[in-house]
Amino acid sequence: MKILVAVKQVAALDEDFEIRGDGRDVDPEFFIRDLNEWDDFSLEEAVKIKEAAAEPVEVIVVSVGTDEVDESLRKCLAKGADRAIRVWDAAVEGSDSIAIARVLAAVAKREAPDMLFAGVQSSDQSFASTGIAAAALLGWPHAAVVSNLTYTPGAASAVFRRELEGGSLQEVEIQCPAVLTIQLGINTPRYASLRSIKQAASKPIEVLSLADVALSEADVGEAGSLSRVRRMYVPDKGRAQLIEGDAAQQAARLAEIIREFKGARA
Amino acid sequence: MSGILIIAEQRRGELRPISLELLGAAASLRRDGDEVAVAILSDSPERFVKSLSVGGVDEIVTVRVGAPEFDPDTFESAVGALITRRSPDVVLVAHSVDSFGYAAALAARLGLGFATDVFNAERIDGELVATRGGYGQKVNVEVDFPGRSTVLLAIRGNVFKAPDQAATPRVTSFDAPPADNRAKGREFIELSAGDDVDMTAAEFILTVGRGIGEEAKVAQFRELADAVGATLGCSRPIADAGWLPKSRQVGQSGKTASACKLYIAMGVSGAIQHLAGMKHVTTIVAVNTDAEASIFSVAKYGIVGDIFEIADELRKLF
Repeated sequence: MKILVAVKQVAALDEDFEIRGDGRDVDPEFFIRDLNEWDDFSLEEAVKIKEAAAEPVEVIVVSVGTDEVDESLRKCLAKGADRAIRVWDAAVEGSDSIAIARVLAAVAKREAPDMLFAGVQSSDQSFASTGIAAAALLGWPHAAVVSNLTYTPGAASAVFRRELEGGSLQEVEIQCPAVLTIQLGINTPRYASLRSIKQAASKPIEVLSLADVALSEADVGEAGSLSRVRRMYVPDKGRAQLIEGDAAQQAARLAEIIREFKGARA
Repeated sequence: MSGILIIAEQRRGELRPISLELLGAAASLRRDGDEVAVAILSDSPERFVKSLSVGGVDEIVTVRVGAPEFDPDTFESAVGALITRRSPDVVLVAHSVDSFGYAAALAARLGLGFATDVFNAERIDGELVATRGGYGQKVNVEVDFPGRSTVLLAIRGNVFKAPDQAATPRVTSFDAPPADNRAKGREFIELSAGDDVDMTAAEFILTVGRGIGEEAKVAQFRELADAVGATLGCSRPIADAGWLPKSRQVGQSGKTASACKLYIAMGVSGAIQHLAGMKHVTTIVAVNTDAEASIFSVAKYGIVGDIFEIADELRKLF
């Protein structure tokens, strides 16, 4: 039995970031990279299922990116993934979420897992579409924003709860194999122990080319994408009026604001 | 063919408000001669005709499907058939939990131009350009769709204005092909309260976010909220960690601070999902150590500082 978990190394921006010369992305020099927060939860869900299963289950993480992504993949290995796969080719540069989904779907075809998990979205680009697009390319059943899951590897179906707007939930039964996008809070992700971090450092990361997953350059990059970034810029944002002074002075002004509100209401 | 096709969204017999906001987005893309059609999918779609009869709608398309509620296969198949039949220039859906479940699949399968979480859409030199956020909303990203004859945009909520006048569009029906529904919806489950607070009715809310750092600190802010007369709320990570009940979570998947007049956010960075539940509040005061936190872009007043120090000082004054 196999669960494939698609993960992304996301970028947060350093305080004084700059836009790249061509105006179409941020200069990567200002990236602070980490494993996407949602993916921490989907990995944990897979590892929990593996630990609860009567039969052996293999948890495989897959990501698309340069060797900088290895750091996040090692983090996943330290948190319980058995194997890691990374796919990269220079042609992948400029891919949107759909082109990335095409690569993930190709890896899923090669690995033939019983289930594919992805995060609901990434914290940097927030497309909320990669996992579901991969499902379409595989022809698999799919569901988004899963906040509770009952699944036994190898079973013909799984039952989950979909988290809706406003906090209500819907229970759904889905045929397997399926693609589920996993929501924050579905579990409590574990911390990697020092021992497991050391062990993960020596585990191999399988690096695949496009040809290894039966894709060509035309399947990825701008050619394989459904959108193209035209321009990236820093918006003029509304700015709060800053309350200056030391903590006591700032708190005194805040107290005034509270009293004004109460006075207006009285 | 041409024109704009909007996919309205309903849940449990209610039209979701974003359905009408999509008309605001359509208005900014509409060219002379373009028709705007709104499709509604339901097992009894006629019941939504009245609420969809508003300004800016030329046609309401009732699409009868097998099940009363959303499921991804039915929507993907029915909306796909509609697009194939009508070949619109633009298809607008809500950027919502339902569309997360099928829009990307549809776009990938049909090769549609595609962008999600779009908060601005316009035509620049005749080309459709959509704007979305990037890197945690720190930048705006303009995307275009070279070579795509149909573009599917998932539109962010609470951005575009719904039309306020009624109208009498023509009503047509569309027979959706039968779908192989592989993800069957069962019952809806309401959030069990955890406690009896009603965030939607609270006029004064003090919210704590990740900045409080540890569960032991919750008590201090609960006591502070009581002292100043505020209802204690929280952002998602606090509810997910179980430090406060889910019923106190403000945001997209939590509660909307509908009645709130004064909102104090302490240690809340301001993820877009949190802002969705509170950015409309007239007086927002944000306290955060990070001067770049996005909460400051929606706040009226900002305090860049340590939330514990501010909390201690504020407590002395009440």
